[in-house]
Amino acid sequence: MKQRSHRPGVKVAIAILGFALVALYLFPFAMVLVNSVKPRLAIVADPLALPAKADFSNYVNAFRLMRFPRAFWNSLGVCVSSVVLIVVFSSLWAYYLVRWKNLINRIVFFVLIASMIVPFQALMIPFVSIYGGLGLLNSKWLLSVFYLGFGCALATFMYHGFIKSIPLELEEAAMIDGATKPMIFIKIIFPMLTTMTSTICILDVLWVWNDFLLPSLVLVSEEKRTLPLSTFYFFGKYTSNYGTAMAALVLSILPVIIFYLAMQRKILQGVVDGAIK
Amino acid sequence: MSIYKRRAEGARDFAFFALVPLVAFLLVVFIPFLLGLYMTFTDSSGLSLSANFMGLENYAKAVADASFWTSFAFTAKYVLVSVLATNALALGLSLLATAGIRGQNALRLGYFTPNLIGGIILGFIWQFLFAKVFTSIGTLCGGGALSESWLTSPGGAFWALVLVGVWQNSGYMMLIYIAGLAGIDKALLEAAQMEGAGYWTRLRKVILPLLAPSATISVFLTLQRGFMVYDVNLSLTQGGPYRSTELIAMHIYNEAFLYQRFQTGQAKALILFALLAAASLIQVGLMKRREIES
Repeated sequence: MKQRSHRPGVKVAIAILGFALVALYLFPFAMVLVNSVKPRLAIVADPLALPAKADFSNYVNAFRLMRFPRAFWNSLGVCVSSVVLIVVFSSLWAYYLVRWKNLINRIVFFVLIASMIVPFQALMIPFVSIYGGLGLLNSKWLLSVFYLGFGCALATFMYHGFIKSIPLELEEAAMIDGATKPMIFIKIIFPMLTTMTSTICILDVLWVWNDFLLPSLVLVSEEKRTLPLSTFYFFGKYTSNYGTAMAALVLSILPVIIFYLAMQRKILQGVVDGAIK
Repeated sequence: MSIYKRRAEGARDFAFFALVPLVAFLLVVFIPFLLGLYMTFTDSSGLSLSANFMGLENYAKAVADASFWTSFAFTAKYVLVSVLATNALALGLSLLATAGIRGQNALRLGYFTPNLIGGIILGFIWQFLFAKVFTSIGTLCGGGALSESWLTSPGGAFWALVLVGVWQNSGYMMLIYIAGLAGIDKALLEAAQMEGAGYWTRLRKVILPLLAPSATISVFLTLQRGFMVYDVNLSLTQGGPYRSTELIAMHIYNEAFLYQRFQTGQAKALILFALLAAASLIQVGLMKRREIES
């Protein structure tokens, strides 16, 4: 939205205020970054000072102590497999709920929408007692299936809204040629859903990647920890070792920031589409 | 086509399209929800269905627990302050980021950044800021409100939680207001300008009323998020000092997993769910009515 009404002086003031606020918003990250290359004593003496010289030994320590590569691959594995499961099965389910109009499907869709207002806190206790009791916790692959369960309602709802607007005529020609419904979905429908798919991918990548509570309940053993989990336990142990702790924070933020810089437009758009649904 | 063939096809399509997500949803969401409901009326801790019926005893215990209401009141205060502050700030940011200055996309990107990062990490960042950076700024400025870490007093820790929550969410809500601003018909603004309305008049009489639908969504989301905060609470204050900053999500978590009281914990969770659903319904109802009026 452009407003030409602001006078040049006003524009300068807006720019100054706007960018000063950006600096304020990013100040916490700058502090972490600055202190991550300082030895512990220099941080205690003056956390505001710039480092005399960049010392990367904190990073070496943090990388090793928090088992960064392992946590990173765990996170990546859980994130990619969860998002793939959500995208594939939610789009299939949404198509089924749109095109097979019967009472059961209408009830299922209603339950699905109603379930979206149930907070995770209202499910976690029975969830843990069921799957803990069955000995099914502590698996990265089951964690992806749990994410499918928790994430499919929103994704199916979003796909549903889009698929509803696809005219049936597009499929009829293929049907006359003898194509089955699954073939029609794979060849015709799914390729039309790319915008929605990228929105859902972005929302779910950010959710799964940053989620703490569910993996903290599911992944019991140390070697399966995702990045937020390993940061949490690491920070608890090394709180007073500021330099290493700050380096660990930078390392755990880095992957998201790279993702953000690479796809900034898509991310901002995706978040808006997801919120306004 | 024979009826058998059609039935076989129906079964194949169901299996292909709906079976897996349906089973996942039932196992992960639907059954735990029902079992959770069942738990609150019995002494079952989940798996064993053979349990004694307890009536409303678990709910009575939950409601009689003073610490539940302390935590709930603390959360309500937190949510109220955060919702107001987040939305006011988000609205301001959205106006700044759409004012048409050079490089305004950088503003949007900057304000949104905290949202990308998990609450656990954000909490740790601010723990360091409050404990080290702010105290040293305080010393530089010769004492004052910053010379002692906010996290060491209950009042300070409350504002610390609010500050981090507002910082984290305002960029997200800003995007919603920006989407609302983009939807405003420019002809309307031009007409108001022709009539001689200055910027503030246009803002008050045209822009803000037309942003009412965005405000409804944004307030709804901040309300939901506010009641669910757990990560930042855990990494920033751990509920301390002296359990004074235990938000309701952490209270429920501790009740169940720390004190092993699954039934009352679940009763509390369902009470929270009911209260939150009621609050959201009232909020959306009230704000929708205002949308139509304006």
